[in-house]
Amino acid sequence: MSARRARRTAPGPTVLKAPTGIQGLDEITGGGLPKGRPTLICGGPGCGKTILAMEFLINGAQRYKEPGVFMSFEESVDDLALNFASLGFDPRQLAERKKLWIEYVRVEPSEIQETGAYDLDGLFIRLAHAIDSIGAKRVVLDTIETLFSGLADTRTLRAELRRLFNWLRTKGVTAIITGERGNAGLTRHGLEEYISDCVILLDHRVVEQNATRRLRVMKYRGSPHGANESPFFIDDSGISVLPIASLGLQHPVSAGRVSSGVPGLDEMLSGRGYFRGSSVLVSGTAGAGKTSVGGYLVDAACRRGESALFFAFEESPAQITRNLRSIGLDLEPWLRKGLLEIHATRTTTSGLEGHLNTMHRSIEAMRPRIVIVDPISNLISVGTSVEVRAMLARLIDFMKVRKTTALFTSLTVDDRHPEETDIGISSFMDTWLMLGNFEINGERNRMISVLKSRGMPHSNQAREFVLTKRGLRLIDGVRDARGLALTGARRMAHSAANGAPIAGRGGS
Amino acid sequence: MTRKSASKRASKPGSNGRSRSAAPKARARPRRSTPDFYELRLYVAGQSSRSLAALVNLKRICEEHLQGRYRIEVIDLIARPQLARGDQILALPTVVRRLPEPIRKLVGDLSDIDRALVGLDLRPVPQAR
Repeated sequence: MSARRARRTAPGPTVLKAPTGIQGLDEITGGGLPKGRPTLICGGPGCGKTILAMEFLINGAQRYKEPGVFMSFEESVDDLALNFASLGFDPRQLAERKKLWIEYVRVEPSEIQETGAYDLDGLFIRLAHAIDSIGAKRVVLDTIETLFSGLADTRTLRAELRRLFNWLRTKGVTAIITGERGNAGLTRHGLEEYISDCVILLDHRVVEQNATRRLRVMKYRGSPHGANESPFFIDDSGISVLPIASLGLQHPVSAGRVSSGVPGLDEMLSGRGYFRGSSVLVSGTAGAGKTSVGGYLVDAACRRGESALFFAFEESPAQITRNLRSIGLDLEPWLRKGLLEIHATRTTTSGLEGHLNTMHRSIEAMRPRIVIVDPISNLISVGTSVEVRAMLARLIDFMKVRKTTALFTSLTVDDRHPEETDIGISSFMDTWLMLGNFEINGERNRMISVLKSRGMPHSNQAREFVLTKRGLRLIDGVRDARGLALTGARRMAHSAANGAPIAGRGGS
Repeated sequence: MTRKSASKRASKPGSNGRSRSAAPKARARPRRSTPDFYELRLYVAGQSSRSLAALVNLKRICEEHLQGRYRIEVIDLIARPQLARGDQILALPTVVRRLPEPIRKLVGDLSDIDRALVGLDLRPVPQAR
């Protein structure tokens, strides 16, 4: 009895899927579009429907041995060829090899007069001819709703569309039907009534001058799917979708520790530095020395022969190397060797997703062991903090899977409660170093403390550090008779009085 | 039904015997250069009743209004699907008026004679007077 019931509630045969080959989309859909069935892709003008459909066909033809038919109701073969070329593909060459068939269906209302009963057999015959000529397994109809502008008899049209989608199912082709977003329904003419196997919504909106694209799987019959909106973008290598929280927390971790390059700092981290492949946040007020600490970690990695990638959002590469040279760090040799790359951009040049995309691609191309983003707080200017947090989570996941150390600097605005500004992002961080530049008795002194460091005992002290021509150095804690930590001039005076060697300050 | 000219007589009472359209190509060609020669293509899918109705209706219209200055070519797309592309055929049956220009398309079985005449730019006789 119970066994039978268990069998009844067991999931039925899972839907077969046709991979799109589009980065991220197959992840969200659990393997691709429903195989042998039509999928509706809808969205406003310029949202990327056509490009997505094209990439589906190109990938089908080139990677999955599934030739495809592109039936265009809007763009001529030449226009489409240009579009395909923008993705780096020559459709004519694919067509010659019988991997792709482009059929342009022109609907010219001024030419057409309706004189009695008709059906769309002409369209069926053309599609069947195209499919059979190349043995197509994939079909794109872009955008079939154009028919409504050319043919007045909507009753016939609707009946014929229903027949067409059923016919596509019996043909067993995996189809993408695109539809323009309507005011009332998902599409202007209610295509969603006929296609309920899978519906994907694309959206293109502008948030604070930054254009962002979103993709959402609205419906996927017989298959679980991500229901969130996922950002996506289009560049010269096509579409990539960034699933939010794509990876879960399944990544492997390293037990290996590496030196930060700052001796005193390693000591604070139980003497052995940070975990390889972990995420490190260096936050602090303006001028606290965040980039300097970051520079140390990068330099230390390069000294070990590891590659490093530096994303700079505030300074040019030349500025970074010059400034770090002033504290005795020379990154030039690493740049020349190709061990280090510095990619500098203004955050305002593109939206958050654009930056994330660029970073992903650069990381994929270089495969560095450590990545530094300096500073992450600048990204807040191009996105809300919720978005920045989501983006950061994805970036960190992306790097953790690759066992790449992620180092972020973050500018703290509030001097009195510095911890609070970073609270949103700190939960993604394994190690959090806080830098401060405090004014006490008429002088500013730099302090460093470890707010947290997962998986190791770490120092609870706030340590003074100095930036000199010879480098960054942590000062041994000095306390006065009452047990209070002394910094700056008072520390020096105390040390001098007690005959200890004096740790200097920078030239400033 | 494959490509064929409508040289077979439309056995419709009221049609005045031989039409020039029934003439062999060689004789029809010089006619085509005249501005009022109608070159029509009827696209159908097989021998469906709708296809046949369209052919009958088209012949009747031509005999009544274009006697001696038309040619009908019937194209069965089931037999020759590759021909659908050239004239951008979607709906069937479709009549394409290739001449005189501009190209016009009549979609449907031509049962609505008035619309068919408008589509062909042939005003019906009673309206013309």
